[in-house]
Amino acid sequence: MAQIGSSARSSVKGGTFAGLGPLLMLPSWVVIGFFLVLPVILMLVYSFLTKEFRGGVIWEFSVNAYDQFFFNRGLFGDEAPTIEWTYINIFWRSIWQAGLATVLCLFIGFPTAWFIATRSGHSKSMWLFLITIPYWVNLLIRTISLKFLIRDTGPMNTWLMSWGIIDQPIHIINSNLAVQLGLFYSYLPFMVLPIYASVERYDFSLSEAAADLYSTRMETLRQIIIPVVKPGIIAGCILVFVPSLGAFLAPDLLGGSKTFMIGSLIEEQFKGNAGNWPFGAAVSMILLSLVLIALMFYARSQSSARKATRAAD
Amino acid sequence: MNTAVEIENVTKRYGDVVALSSVSLAIEDNEFFTLLGPSGCGKTTLLRSIAGFEQLSQGDIKLFGDSIVDLPPNKRPVNTVFQHYALFPHLTVADNVGFGLQRQRLPSHEIASRVADILEMVQLGSYADRLPSMLSGGQQQRVALARALAPRPRLLLLDEPLSALDLKLRQDVRVELQQIQHDTGITFIFVTHDQEEALTMSDRIAVMSEGVLQQVGTPRQIYEAPDNRFVADFIGDTNLIDVQVTQVLDQCATCVLPGGASIACNNMAGASVGAGHLSVRPERVTLGPVDGSALQGEVSRLTYLGTDIHVTVALSDGGKMDVRVQNSDSAAIPQPGSTIGLYLDIAAARLLVD
Ligand SMILES: Nc1ncnc2c1ncn2[C@@H]1O[C@H](COP(=O)(O)OP(=O)(O)O)[C@@H](O)[C@H]1O
Ligand SMILES: [Mg+2]
Repeated sequence: MAQIGSSARSSVKGGTFAGLGPLLMLPSWVVIGFFLVLPVILMLVYSFLTKEFRGGVIWEFSVNAYDQFFFNRGLFGDEAPTIEWTYINIFWRSIWQAGLATVLCLFIGFPTAWFIATRSGHSKSMWLFLITIPYWVNLLIRTISLKFLIRDTGPMNTWLMSWGIIDQPIHIINSNLAVQLGLFYSYLPFMVLPIYASVERYDFSLSEAAADLYSTRMETLRQIIIPVVKPGIIAGCILVFVPSLGAFLAPDLLGGSKTFMIGSLIEEQFKGNAGNWPFGAAVSMILLSLVLIALMFYARSQSSARKATRAAD
Repeated sequence: MNTAVEIENVTKRYGDVVALSSVSLAIEDNEFFTLLGPSGCGKTTLLRSIAGFEQLSQGDIKLFGDSIVDLPPNKRPVNTVFQHYALFPHLTVADNVGFGLQRQRLPSHEIASRVADILEMVQLGSYADRLPSMLSGGQQQRVALARALAPRPRLLLLDEPLSALDLKLRQDVRVELQQIQHDTGITFIFVTHDQEEALTMSDRIAVMSEGVLQQVGTPRQIYEAPDNRFVADFIGDTNLIDVQVTQVLDQCATCVLPGGASIACNNMAGASVGAGHLSVRPERVTLGPVDGSALQGEVSRLTYLGTDIHVTVALSDGGKMDVRVQNSDSAAIPQPGSTIGLYLDIAAARLLVD
């Protein structure tokens, strides 16, 4: 009976949409092809071309860009290759900076999301709206305003000194901390919104059940709340970490020369006369590969965890 | 017998809503105690106050002699079976059941053996490694029960634990729950809005309405000797007849029925001269000839119930009476439209004041 029913249903569906199916998919294929696949292929191709001075490329195959990234062959390119640490260090520093910014976003974003999700209906939407308001303003302008706020003679230091809390300006600008603050400020909503969505769905009777079973508040947070809202936390972390890794506005405007990050490195290759397009493309490809590998490892750990619980079935 | 829980003059307000109004109640150790009342009468609020999830507006709650109102929920030796189970979705059945034991810092081998024992008791031994989402409603309900029993609380609170199960399963679980309560000797406070559930399972029942305790007693007392109209009407079916009490002498009241017949009643919840109400269960009314009957009416409707026939009789004064006739006695089943006499079992008719 059930089989007859379901096959009848699917044939109706098939009859209606059989011809339309591929057509309906078309817009998304166009978007993905045009804005995702094509640029990445273009980038891949460019990374294997020869650079032309003053920007642009010569259409000639070359692995120079990758070679330049990983190996040092001396000033004139005639020495035995040694590992080139400059760019690897920039990568490492960027990962570190983006990681700290993500942690900062998590520690501020989680309580914020929790607070919003536990408000009643009307004030909930108001808080969500307030969180997103700054993002109506261009990122460049926001980053510059942050620079104004935290510089040595800016309002933050002036007020703190006039209230007698400090007697010397806190020197933040041009430091790692300034960059992290900038990244934090740029991407906080990307942390808040997915966590908010998770907490919104969280069943608070689970917390009561935990307390009923002798959990302290900290134990409830660690053993129940965080594991249950984990999908939102991970989504938030990815959404903050990935763009932070490639960010260039915050490091350019708030950091000094010592806080150079991947984003700035890439940006430099495509800007002005000093650029090197194949090298910029190669750095982008390396960054992309790193992110994809990390996401793949994460996806695999998730699916194997799911498989483990299903195996118990 | 020891008193397990003493609820003293407990009041709980939410703004203007009075969820509990001066409730006082003593629950004995080892008792299967039921809170019964319609939805919204404050049963959950009372249970949550005992568990520690609600701050009382007034009053005190004592557990085995000691006040617990200042203790947070995690410090109270009380466990709860939540209405929608509240199982931890990311933990296996075994980890759910062992959760309380882990928080009590028991050694892991002891946790493992106790979890295994208790899963055996609720017949879920082979489901230890599953996640709650892979279980049926009945199985989830038993995990919730096992999880609350595992730490061996002195008091178990159950908030309508059977309401999400289908009828057949509900009847099986009733028996199982009683058995578990009997075997473990843990005091149970069981919340339900289902009077049949309350009557069949409980040692004693507290009937509540709109935050006020109406009556506490054994199932039999509640059913046969209700204190007021609310209890009489809420537990089972009853006929409430408005009567005039003309005289009260030595626990015997003279009542005048609407038709003018006068009867003497000595089963009463207090009586004074004036208006009163006589509660008579449908199975305590018999049908007979009009002559010599206390009340008369016309049979307006017969409802077939299998074991019984439900007869609705329209009284001459506009009221109606429900009567149950056993299906075994076909001669006693009247014809619709016929005029008939009603005979009340006076010993089982209860006179109520309010
Ligand atoms: N958190 C709350 N805020 C406001 N009113 C509440 C709250 N919890 C319960 N109430 C009110 O208290 C009364 C009793 O509720 P409850 O104890 O849940 O009843 P029951 O469990 O008997 O159905 C209801 O009128 C309900 O609306
Ligand atoms: Mg309730």
